[in-house]
Amino acid sequence: MTLLSAGEWQAIGLTAQLAGLTTLILLLLAAPLAWWLARSASRWRNAVAALVALPLVLPPTVIGFYLLILLGPRGAVGGTLQALGLPHLAFSFWGILVGSIIYSLPFAVQPLREAFAALDQQQLDAAATLRAGALDRFFHLVLPSSRGAILTAVVITFAHTVGEFGVVAMLGGSIAGETRVVSMAIYDYTQALEYGAAHRLSAILLGFSFFTLLTFYAINQRVLNPLHPR
Amino acid sequence: MPAPTPPSGAIEGHLRLTQGSFRLDTGSFSLPTQGISVLFGRSGCGKSTLLRAIAGLIPATRGTLRFQGQRWQDGAWALPTPARDIGFVFQNAALFAHLNVRGNLLFAARRAPGGDQNASELIATIADRTGVSDLLDHAISSLSGGQRQRVALARALLARPRLLCLDEPVSALDWHARSELLTLIEGVARDTALPVLYITHAPQEVERLADRVVFMAHGRIECIEPLQQALSRPDSPLFDDEGPVSVLQGALQASDANGLSHFVHGVLQLRLSLPPDSAASATRLRVRARDVSIATQEPQGLSILNRLPVTLTALHPGDGARVVAVCQLADGQTLLAEITAYSCQTLGLQPGQNVWALVKSVALMD
Repeated sequence: MTLLSAGEWQAIGLTAQLAGLTTLILLLLAAPLAWWLARSASRWRNAVAALVALPLVLPPTVIGFYLLILLGPRGAVGGTLQALGLPHLAFSFWGILVGSIIYSLPFAVQPLREAFAALDQQQLDAAATLRAGALDRFFHLVLPSSRGAILTAVVITFAHTVGEFGVVAMLGGSIAGETRVVSMAIYDYTQALEYGAAHRLSAILLGFSFFTLLTFYAINQRVLNPLHPR
Repeated sequence: MPAPTPPSGAIEGHLRLTQGSFRLDTGSFSLPTQGISVLFGRSGCGKSTLLRAIAGLIPATRGTLRFQGQRWQDGAWALPTPARDIGFVFQNAALFAHLNVRGNLLFAARRAPGGDQNASELIATIADRTGVSDLLDHAISSLSGGQRQRVALARALLARPRLLCLDEPVSALDWHARSELLTLIEGVARDTALPVLYITHAPQEVERLADRVVFMAHGRIECIEPLQQALSRPDSPLFDDEGPVSVLQGALQASDANGLSHFVHGVLQLRLSLPPDSAASATRLRVRARDVSIATQEPQGLSILNRLPVTLTALHPGDGARVVAVCQLADGQTLLAEITAYSCQTLGLQPGQNVWALVKSVALMD
């Protein structure tokens, strides 16, 4: 508590909350979407795949801009919410959560999609002959077989959300306790020439990111090693 | 509503499906659900596709299928695979790589009717029967090909199926492992009295295991015949690679004072010189037609042990200048002899004639 100011702690807590919720929601969302992308023969598949991958190539400001318009008080979503007596989502935590989910979607979908596409069809068939229905197969064969990919999706999604800046800047602004995440706070400190605080937060982010990835690679090697499955 | 069909102890129907440029159209068929039925045909004839369609694993399947009176396929409607009570062993075993051997067996046992109650007891029994008791804690990736197929067979049996489907289970194995697994499959089919559908393109496996043969070509079932009948016609597809072969049924007796074993069936008796580790349980003897000669009188001063009195029942022109002679043995079984058309003419052979068959070599199918 002595090293960091209350505002800095608040930014860190908010960032963890945002990244955690984003990861959780994305896992639930990305698993069925990745399954459909990997296994369906629908003619819409390529269009949906391109849509999901858009955040990889678009500047975050573009995503933030469209979301601001959509979620703001005059937007289709924000306006509807207001008409229902609810707050619109621009410049709020829930707004940047929606932004984060869309922004990190491809990072959650891609590893799962690859794992689902690489599944051994004969193992799925074998499970069906052993009386496992579709959901049973998904939870007891597909997910455990894809645990490396799930870990990848979780880590990359979390880390990517922590490192997000553009969407938050466009959509959320920098409201303390609401939308001022670490990356936002660093920007504000730099603008205000408070280099000491900017240094502290930047170093924390750098260290966090490095050790997350380091742990990830160490664990992943063990999880993916086929010689020692549990 | 149509009247319910009474249970008929058969797999019957007429299945159709198109996959890319391949068309399966079985024609109407009916297979008794007892003993081992071998689906035989060249690669690409649709045997695997048919077996997977019977298991309900191909959504594009159409037509009709009934198993012992129960509706499995009716037009586009299909009973889902998990409800069909099938045990399936795939060519590459298809074991779950994220589980160890015990995990794979538990996966099957827990979902079988009766479920959890005595799963571990059942697993112990079946693992013992299939010879995988020592492997229960092994990872799948550490198993040999033969071990994988044993585990796959154990897993299929633990599902308590009403029908066992085996898709070329030994084709990827070396000679030794193949022989062991065939013995196991034979024994399991006999002990459990489960109907078995077995796919192969190897005539030797047909001769070894089959009670009846389902001949397939170009996505059709050409015919369904008992093994002996399939082996009694010299143009049988089973003979395409190695020429005509006879399979004699019988039982092996202990070796005599001269170190020779006797293979006996009724009044038929053959004397064999066997390697010491031969299986005493073998019940089938394989004789290639080209290893059988014909003499019109009992020859003397020959090193050939087995000189059998036979009756010629038919003479079929074979490949080139050769003739396949169909001979009836003293016990009623059929033996094929391949001789030259010239010899046939010179000896004046005629159907109905009593002659001697000289058997140069035989192989015990163990």
